[in-house]
Amino acid sequence: MSDGILIEGFSALSPLGFTPEENYRAVLDGRSALRLHKGEFGVRDPFVASLFDRVAVRQEALREGVSGYGFFDTLAIIAACKAVREAGIDPASDKVLFFLSTIKGAGCPLSESAKILREHFELKHPVTVVSNACISGLSALVVARRALLRRSDIEHIVVVGAEVQSRFIVTGFQSLKALSDEPCRPFDADRKGLNLGEAAAAVVLGRDTSGPGWRITGGAIRNDANHISGPSRTGEGSYNALKALMPLDPAPAFISVHGTATAYNDEMESIAIDRAGLSDVPVSALKGIFGHTMGAAGLLESVLSMKAAEDGIILPTAGFSTPGTSRPVNVSAALRRFEPSSKISFIKLLSGFGGVNAAAFFTFCK
Amino acid sequence: MDEKLTVRHWCRIASGLVIKDGEVVLHSGGENGVALLAAAYRHLGLNYPKFFKMDALSKAGFVAGEVLLSDEKDRFEPREDRAVVLFSSSGCEADDIHYRETITDGNYYPSPSLFVYTLPNVVTGELAIRNLYRGETSAYVLEKFDAKEIVRLVSEAFVDEKTKSVLAGWIDCPDDGSVDAMVFLAEEGEGEPLKPELLYKLFENK
Repeated sequence: MSDGILIEGFSALSPLGFTPEENYRAVLDGRSALRLHKGEFGVRDPFVASLFDRVAVRQEALREGVSGYGFFDTLAIIAACKAVREAGIDPASDKVLFFLSTIKGAGCPLSESAKILREHFELKHPVTVVSNACISGLSALVVARRALLRRSDIEHIVVVGAEVQSRFIVTGFQSLKALSDEPCRPFDADRKGLNLGEAAAAVVLGRDTSGPGWRITGGAIRNDANHISGPSRTGEGSYNALKALMPLDPAPAFISVHGTATAYNDEMESIAIDRAGLSDVPVSALKGIFGHTMGAAGLLESVLSMKAAEDGIILPTAGFSTPGTSRPVNVSAALRRFEPSSKISFIKLLSGFGGVNAAAFFTFCK
Repeated sequence: MDEKLTVRHWCRIASGLVIKDGEVVLHSGGENGVALLAAAYRHLGLNYPKFFKMDALSKAGFVAGEVLLSDEKDRFEPREDRAVVLFSSSGCEADDIHYRETITDGNYYPSPSLFVYTLPNVVTGELAIRNLYRGETSAYVLEKFDAKEIVRLVSEAFVDEKTKSVLAGWIDCPDDGSVDAMVFLAEEGEGEPLKPELLYKLFENK
């Protein structure tokens, strides 16, 4: 697990801001865009979600020189533009590869969005869509890391994740009775379910150089082999994904968990973390701020975790107050600090439908 | 690309045909899509009632898995060393169509049993459940059948030190009437080298 892939740039867009910095500030300030929506998308029953202001996104698109695309593709392109600019790479180079992480994309076959991304950036290689349910973003980072380790013809990989909400998704989660009618409460005893959210984020990965920066030094995807729409009672896949990261060096400052605030997910994560011997490690969940941003979650939550870790901060878990899992989890509603040394690390954890779980290990060197 | 990886067993489902390793398993007169899959289920004498709840994509994955793995030793022992890595261009479009029908204004009764299949990776989960695979499961959507990209991503799955075998392939179900599947086992050992040319050749079987 010593092979490090360097993170060369990233972006993050949510209803709380269009840069990683704005989103990071929003989390520190305890702001959230989770609101009650009535009649949105023609959905009959009201729902709480974190949704973009469409006009604000259109204005941001104009600033980036992006026009002529639907809402989803616009967001994905803006996220890619910003990350590519920060990394200082030419996306049209034949040494650059793109992955797109999303679950429902633009609401039509996902290959359409892959084509739009390829044509917009005049990419030399086809865009592969990673659609691995709610772990897609982390899946894509794990897969991109492997591709860079194996392929000598590719120098940079741009992983773009985006999700927009729709009548399709909201009614589906309503039909599963998975939604909370108030801002969600990860790991809390009174958690009632999840909130959906919209976001886009991108991460540019490059082959390792020995300099300072963030690296992805390990990652694994594991199935529960238990149920397609409910997590394993023993946390099997999540536990196995965590185990695959070990040994953890340096010791992780925190685990950025999935923490959807459904009864089963958070309980499962508490079991997996405990089984992996990590129950003392501080845990942080961001869904009480952004909702569940699905195909963007792995990227958005990783980007914010990197920003926080560099500052020696463990992000607060909005919505949490009373412990509510059978195994102890070191979670807090308040911001916590740790003394950042020259080497910092954290674990990102996600789970999803189809029984999938992913874990990745991020390390920072000054 | 990993020079050591080979394909020993494969299964092709398309145009009224189910083929394993070049031998015709079922030639169903005129039946395609889910009708062909149901015929294959009966022909194989299977007893897995959950099959009938699955969407077209998961049914295709299930049948392909049964054909491919029918004579594998110790098949139902839990294992973490086999991954499931599947590709398509239509994703879960066949089931999306059905779910959309339940949320129209005239017929508003969102169906949870249809919704849970509206993800391209649920088929990989069904294969993991059936065969007790606790390894990696991944689903990718490509613009079109691209053997080079499939070989690359399947080979790269072996970077995960646990992974010693991958149940991989292309399963495309744009609607209930069309199934186009070519699924194979990639591992080290005897067999034809895992190369794009081999996948294109196997894909031509129909």
